[in-house]
Amino acid sequence: MAGRGVTWLGTPTFPKAARTALADTQLRTNLRNATTTIRGKRAGAVAELPDWEPLRLAGEAIKDEVLADLGTYLERLEAAVTARGGVVHWARDAVEANEIVLRLTREAGADEVVKIKSMATAEIGLNEALAEGGVQAVETDLAELIVQLGEDRPSHILVPAIHRNRSEIREIFRREMPDVPEDITDEPRELAEAARRHLRQKFLTAKVAVSGANFAVADSGSVVVVESEGNGRMCLTLPETLITVMGIEKVVPTWSDLEVFLQLLPRSSTAERMNPYTSVWTGVTPGDGPKNFHLILLDNGRTDTLADTVGRQALRCIRCSACLNVCPVYERTGGAAYGSVYPGPIGAILTPQLLGEDVDKQARSLPYASSLCGACFEVCPVRIDIPEVLVHLRAEAVQAKNKTSPEAVAMAALAWAMGDARRWAAAQKAAGIGRLLSRGGRITSLPWPGSKWTSSRDLPAPPKETFRAWWRRTRG
Amino acid sequence: MLGRIRAALADRPGPVTVPRDYDRTREAADPLALLAERIEDYRAVVHRVDAAGLPGRIATSLAARGARRMAAPVDLPTSWLAPEVTWRPDTDQSLTIDELDGIDGVLTGCAVAVAETGTLVLDAGEAQGRRVLTLLPDYHLCVVRADQVAVSLPEALARLDGTRPLTFVSGPSATSDIELNRVEGVHGPRTLEVVIVTGG
Amino acid sequence: MVVVRVALFATCVTDTLYPRTGQAVVRLLERLGCEVDFPAAQTCCGQMHYNTGYPKHAAALAADYERIFTEYDAVVAPSGSCVGMVREIYPKLLDSTQAAIRSHELSEFLVDVLGVTDVGAYFPHRVTYHPTCHSLRMLKVGDRPMRLLRAVRGLELVELPEAESCCGFGGTFAIKNADTSSAMLTDKIKGITETRAEVLTAGDNSCLMHIGGGLSRLRAGVSPVHLAEILSSTEEEPWQAVA
Repeated sequence: MAGRGVTWLGTPTFPKAARTALADTQLRTNLRNATTTIRGKRAGAVAELPDWEPLRLAGEAIKDEVLADLGTYLERLEAAVTARGGVVHWARDAVEANEIVLRLTREAGADEVVKIKSMATAEIGLNEALAEGGVQAVETDLAELIVQLGEDRPSHILVPAIHRNRSEIREIFRREMPDVPEDITDEPRELAEAARRHLRQKFLTAKVAVSGANFAVADSGSVVVVESEGNGRMCLTLPETLITVMGIEKVVPTWSDLEVFLQLLPRSSTAERMNPYTSVWTGVTPGDGPKNFHLILLDNGRTDTLADTVGRQALRCIRCSACLNVCPVYERTGGAAYGSVYPGPIGAILTPQLLGEDVDKQARSLPYASSLCGACFEVCPVRIDIPEVLVHLRAEAVQAKNKTSPEAVAMAALAWAMGDARRWAAAQKAAGIGRLLSRGGRITSLPWPGSKWTSSRDLPAPPKETFRAWWRRTRG
Repeated sequence: MLGRIRAALADRPGPVTVPRDYDRTREAADPLALLAERIEDYRAVVHRVDAAGLPGRIATSLAARGARRMAAPVDLPTSWLAPEVTWRPDTDQSLTIDELDGIDGVLTGCAVAVAETGTLVLDAGEAQGRRVLTLLPDYHLCVVRADQVAVSLPEALARLDGTRPLTFVSGPSATSDIELNRVEGVHGPRTLEVVIVTGG
Repeated sequence: MVVVRVALFATCVTDTLYPRTGQAVVRLLERLGCEVDFPAAQTCCGQMHYNTGYPKHAAALAADYERIFTEYDAVVAPSGSCVGMVREIYPKLLDSTQAAIRSHELSEFLVDVLGVTDVGAYFPHRVTYHPTCHSLRMLKVGDRPMRLLRAVRGLELVELPEAESCCGFGGTFAIKNADTSSAMLTDKIKGITETRAEVLTAGDNSCLMHIGGGLSRLRAGVSPVHLAEILSSTEEEPWQAVA
């Protein structure tokens, strides 16, 4: 695994992975159904709030305010958590964070931890690192469980098993869950019931839990986890020791700032007015919940991302996954094609930035995995201009590449021709020769790279006269 | 890490002024009716009674559910304790995990309710007890007083102390993990029943 | 009628491949009382360079654009995508964007500047409209094209299912991620053929080239026609399919 985690080693570049995914018709049907459903619901949930746009603007500004003075807010958070009996740790990268979790787990005398789904711990590959240290991590979120049992990869930020439909989930449960009833149907309620029974004893006996955090309030030290099933509440309430791994960008200044995000997040993610359960805790409360609380503040590429004045807006992300659900590319390829724990439009800008210098060929292909249609920006509750960052990262990728690559040479030649109208007219005339390739006004086959176009589409034959030639002839 | 953050912000962005043009005080014609409607949207059962009718309503609900052994925070009003039921108060956090796991249900009050989102907020204060009480039993009966109802989330948060252990409950336990559709019933209480007490 | 002096920015795609669209814009605007000029020094807005990761080339083309169009009251282009580039992106590339802020996509210019929705057009065909992503989300042209189309005599406008989803063009995306692009195109074409429209229209020839290329490959019998060509068509001089 690369030093910072985030991506899966050896996954193919996006165009190749997409080709495989596109051939899977079941996958495309499942994704289409799920994303179409959630898109409609989200639009309804958002339309219900008359002040949605002001909320987005406030959400954007609060996050920008935090990022502009991140050090101060983190120190304030540390002081508040410490004052309330929590212990704060700082982790520069995946390796450091994983070591801290492993050490704390051993100190608590546990060889198993229960986990509530967390993108931060997925990003650092915590489960694998714990396993190497002899500690088993038990994922308790239903979708994570489906992925774990199906020996699959997560394909969505919110719903890692979105690529599976109910009958596939039933099959996975029947195959992999020892205590599942023989006659279980594909009724979602029965499947949820099976998960409940499967995990109940784990919750009741766990000594250590690991969570992420959706928000942490600098002023008060309050940490917030937003969830649906109650597995989060189990993890946050029952074990003696709670370890929370949180990206440093998750801090918000004050308690009242949550009034913005707790409205933006549920409607954007599951399209609900409110998610079933939101838990808030501050340090340790005697007689209620864990006796030990550790908060790990994770960098893992975030300060590098912060240093990029265009790209830093990606750190506003509250992991709602609305951008995935509206993305026409994601809808066709699914999440696995992105080869990262962060798929979809946000993943395409977050993954290469978090990797920084560890960026590889696969991660570098991600900023191109977009038609720049802008649907992601339109729904983003914190107004991340994802197309802007995608284009910015493409420019960085070009900078890093050889200036004599075929593409760079072609682009330079085209820019040179377009730099002067006479040269441009000459180039148009040359392109007009394309008429010779046409039959019935259509070009149906071109050599590479034009073949990538003509593999599924025709091209119109260039006309006998360009517009500028017509203008000069009739008006000039 | 703080040094890296400082270096990353060498361009000195900000300061940012946060526009607070969103509605912080939204009004509703009938907040209690809105709360009831929104909780029902989550497929929870809701009743509205006046103060005099509350004890009877609690008794009827518990009987209908067949709940005989109920967990209770130590400071539950005595008038709520229906006589046909065996009450297990959580005196000095004496209820064990196994006992809570096997009990028929739990009765609590709440700190605040949010009408617009159909949310109950528990803050471990009066008539609520510690968090685990409302987590392990499969049935949660919750009483909301009219004066505890806020219309919107901003109004509710302003009434809450963020340093207390808080649980926001919006309907029974649910998941959206199967085909992105909400279905009820995973790890938390699978049945949520709410009694809204109208009037004073 | 007030005479407005406008410059036509034809865009490289229309200039090179779709001269009929440029001619239609000229005819339409002149019919509505505008004095139209085509500054011959123009070439391309630079969007393809910018979006593919070559902002320096794009900035040079942006500077050319500013210089060429600065003397006109207004610039009109038959492309939401190119005007999106000019109006939304040029401010990131140039210090001064006087011409850019006076640039309008055709439907914006007709409805907002000239204040007309009924342009006196006649087009007796069954038509469906694809709102291109950049006109929809960058420029937010809203229902302006639909209002213009509804006022066209003889035209039967049919709604396109999932109209707002991208056709998969995306400039070099269509080449770099050709498989995904084709999958998006397939779904778009499915929606179009379901409408049983004879004509697919849009405000961008680049997207029409992409969708039209797919329609042509499938011999779907639907003609891609730019919005300008529909609006310029009259009973006296009706639009005619390319022979």
